[in-house]
Amino acid sequence: MEFFAQLFINGLSIGFLYALSALGFVMIFKSSSVLNFAHGELLALGAFFFLILSVWAKLPIVLCFLVTLVGCFALGFIIERLFLRPLIGEALIEVIMLTVGLSAMFKGLMLLIFGGNLHNYPDFLPEALSIQWGAISVPSVYVSSFIIGLIFLGVFGFFFKYSSHGIYMRSVADHQPAALSLGVNVRRVFALSWAIAAVVCAMSGIVLGIINGINVHQLSTMGLKVFPVVILGGLDSIGGAILGGIIIGLLENFTGGYISTSLREVVPYIVLVLILLVKPYGLFGSEEIERV
Amino acid sequence: MRKLRFRPCGNFKEYYEQELTIFETDFGRMWMWIGLFLLLFVVPFVGSPYTLYVLNNIAIAAIAAIGLNILIGYTGQISLGHGAFFGVGAYSAAILATKAGFPFWLSVILAGAVTAIVGMIFGIPSLRLKHLYLTIATLAGQFIIEYVLVHWESLTGGAEGIILPEPTIFGLNVSADRAFSWVVFFSFAVMCWMAVNLARSRYGRAFVAIRDNDRAAEGMGIPLFRYKLLSFGISSFYAGFAGGLWAYYTVSITPEPFTLFLSIEYIAMIIIGGLGSISGSVFGAVFIIMLNEILSQATQYIMNLGAFAGIALTVAPLREFVFGLAIVLFLIFEPRGLAEVWRIIRSSFRLWPFAY
Repeated sequence: MEFFAQLFINGLSIGFLYALSALGFVMIFKSSSVLNFAHGELLALGAFFFLILSVWAKLPIVLCFLVTLVGCFALGFIIERLFLRPLIGEALIEVIMLTVGLSAMFKGLMLLIFGGNLHNYPDFLPEALSIQWGAISVPSVYVSSFIIGLIFLGVFGFFFKYSSHGIYMRSVADHQPAALSLGVNVRRVFALSWAIAAVVCAMSGIVLGIINGINVHQLSTMGLKVFPVVILGGLDSIGGAILGGIIIGLLENFTGGYISTSLREVVPYIVLVLILLVKPYGLFGSEEIERV
Repeated sequence: MRKLRFRPCGNFKEYYEQELTIFETDFGRMWMWIGLFLLLFVVPFVGSPYTLYVLNNIAIAAIAAIGLNILIGYTGQISLGHGAFFGVGAYSAAILATKAGFPFWLSVILAGAVTAIVGMIFGIPSLRLKHLYLTIATLAGQFIIEYVLVHWESLTGGAEGIILPEPTIFGLNVSADRAFSWVVFFSFAVMCWMAVNLARSRYGRAFVAIRDNDRAAEGMGIPLFRYKLLSFGISSFYAGFAGGLWAYYTVSITPEPFTLFLSIEYIAMIIIGGLGSISGSVFGAVFIIMLNEILSQATQYIMNLGAFAGIALTVAPLREFVFGLAIVLFLIFEPRGLAEVWRIIRSSFRLWPFAY
C-alpha cells in the first residue's frame, strides 16, 4: 500500500510537470494550429538561460528568474519573427517540418555549447516546503512546482478569459479570416503566442532542471512526451492538458513500478496510438467533424 | 524514330501523353542512358574504395528517400517514423538471413515486404486522422518500433544486434565495396524507374490528388483510405528494401542508428532535394550524405590542428545543427528544394541570353 501511495504521489507530481510543460505547446497550437516539434528545445533553452544566469553569472535567484522570463519572451518573439513569419500562408506541412528543423538546430547548438552532460542548479529551495506524511515524502521541488503550476494556470486562465490579448488569441484560433476582418492583428497574435509559449516553456524547463538536473537529451525527450499528454487531453484544451499530463504521469509510474522499468518510457506512446485510433480529439478537444 | 531535337521555347503540347512523358526531348533520354552506363560500368571500376563507399551510402539513402517522398511529397502524409521503418527493413533482412537462412536477394526483397506490412499497420490511423494527427501517430510508431528492436531480444538480439552472413548472388560473393556497388546501383536504378513510373500512373495521380485536396479527391471517387494505406505500404517497402541492403552492407546491425534523428535526416533529404520529385530525393540524398562526410572529415581535420587540440569537437551535435539549419533555410528560401534550383539552372541555360 505504501508502495502504491508513493507511486501515486510520484506519478501525480511528474504528471503535473508534464502538464506544466504541455501548456506552452497548447498555447502555440491554440493560436496558430502549429504543432511545435521544437518544444523540448524551448524547454532546454529556458533552462540553460537560467543556468547561465544563476551559475555562471551568479546573480541572485529572484533576479535570474525575472531576467530569464524577459529573455525568453524576447527569444520567442525572435524565433517567430525569423523563422515562422516567412511561412505564414504556406501549407501546414511546411510549418510543421520547419519546427522539426528548428528542433534539430537548437538541439545541436545547445549540445555544441553545453555538451551532453548533466548540469545542476545551486540549491535554493527552502527545505520547509517538503511534505513528510508517514512513510510518504514529497520533496520540496515537487511542492514548489505544484505551486508554480497553479499560479501559471490561474494567470493563463484569466489571461485567456478576460484580457483583450487573450481574447484576440482565442479569436484567431477560432477562425483566422474572421478575426482578420474584425481588425485583429493576427501577426502580432502569433508573435505574442510564441513569446508567451517560450516563457511558459522556460518556467517548466527550470522546474524540470531543478528536479532532474539539466540535460539536453532528457529535455528534448520530455518535449516529445508532450504529444501523448496533449492528445489525451485534447490538443487545444488547457484543462485537458493538465488532466492528460496527470494521467500519463500516473500511468508511467505504475507501469514502471508494477510491470517493467523499460516499458515505462514507451507506454505513453502506446496510449497515444490507442487514443488516436479511438478518440482522436481527446478528452476535451474541440471536435471538428470531418470524415475523409 | 524521332529526331534528336532541343526543347522549344514555349509550351507546344497538344496531347496529355506529351504532358506525361518522362523525357521531353531525346537528349534527356540519351543522358539517362549515358548516366546509367557510367554508373554501372565505369564508376565501379575507376572509383576508389572510399568513393564507392560514399556512393553506395548515397544510393541506399536515395532509395529510402524516394520512398519517403512518395509518402510526404506525393501523398502529403507526413511520417516521422521513416528511420524506424528503415530499421525494420534492416532487422527483417538480418533475421530472415540468419534465422531462416534465406538467400541475399530474397531476404532483401522480403525485408521490403515485411516493412510494407508494418508501415501499413502504422498507416491505419490515417483512416480517421488528417496530417496533423497522423504525424503524431507516426512519431509514436517511431518510439514503439525502437522499443521493440531493443527489447525483443529473442528475435533481434537486443542491444548486441545481429551479424549478417556475406551476401552472395548466383554463387558470387558480393560483400566487397566494388561488388556490392553493382547490387546497390542496379537496385537504385530499378527503384528509381519504378517510382518515376508509379508517379505518372493512376496511383501516382491519385496520390497527388489526395495531397492537393483530399475532399475533392474523395468526391472524384478515389477511395482515400485504401490509397493512403497503399502509399504507406509503398513508402515503407522502399524504406525496408534500403534497410535490408544497408544491413548487408554494414554486416553487423544494432538498434542504435534507427532513432528519431534518422527519420529527421530523411525528412531533411526530401525537403532539401524537393518535395514531390523523384530526382529531388536523389539530390537530397547526395547533399545529406556528402554533408555528413564533409562534416566528419572537417571535424577530424580541425581536431588534428594544434590550436584546437583543447576543444573536443564531436560530429553528432554539429551534424544535427547543420541539418536543422539546412531544413530551415531551404523551407524559408527555396521550399521546392534542389530539384527546383536544378530546373532554374537548366532553363536559364536554355533561354540564354534572354531572361525568360
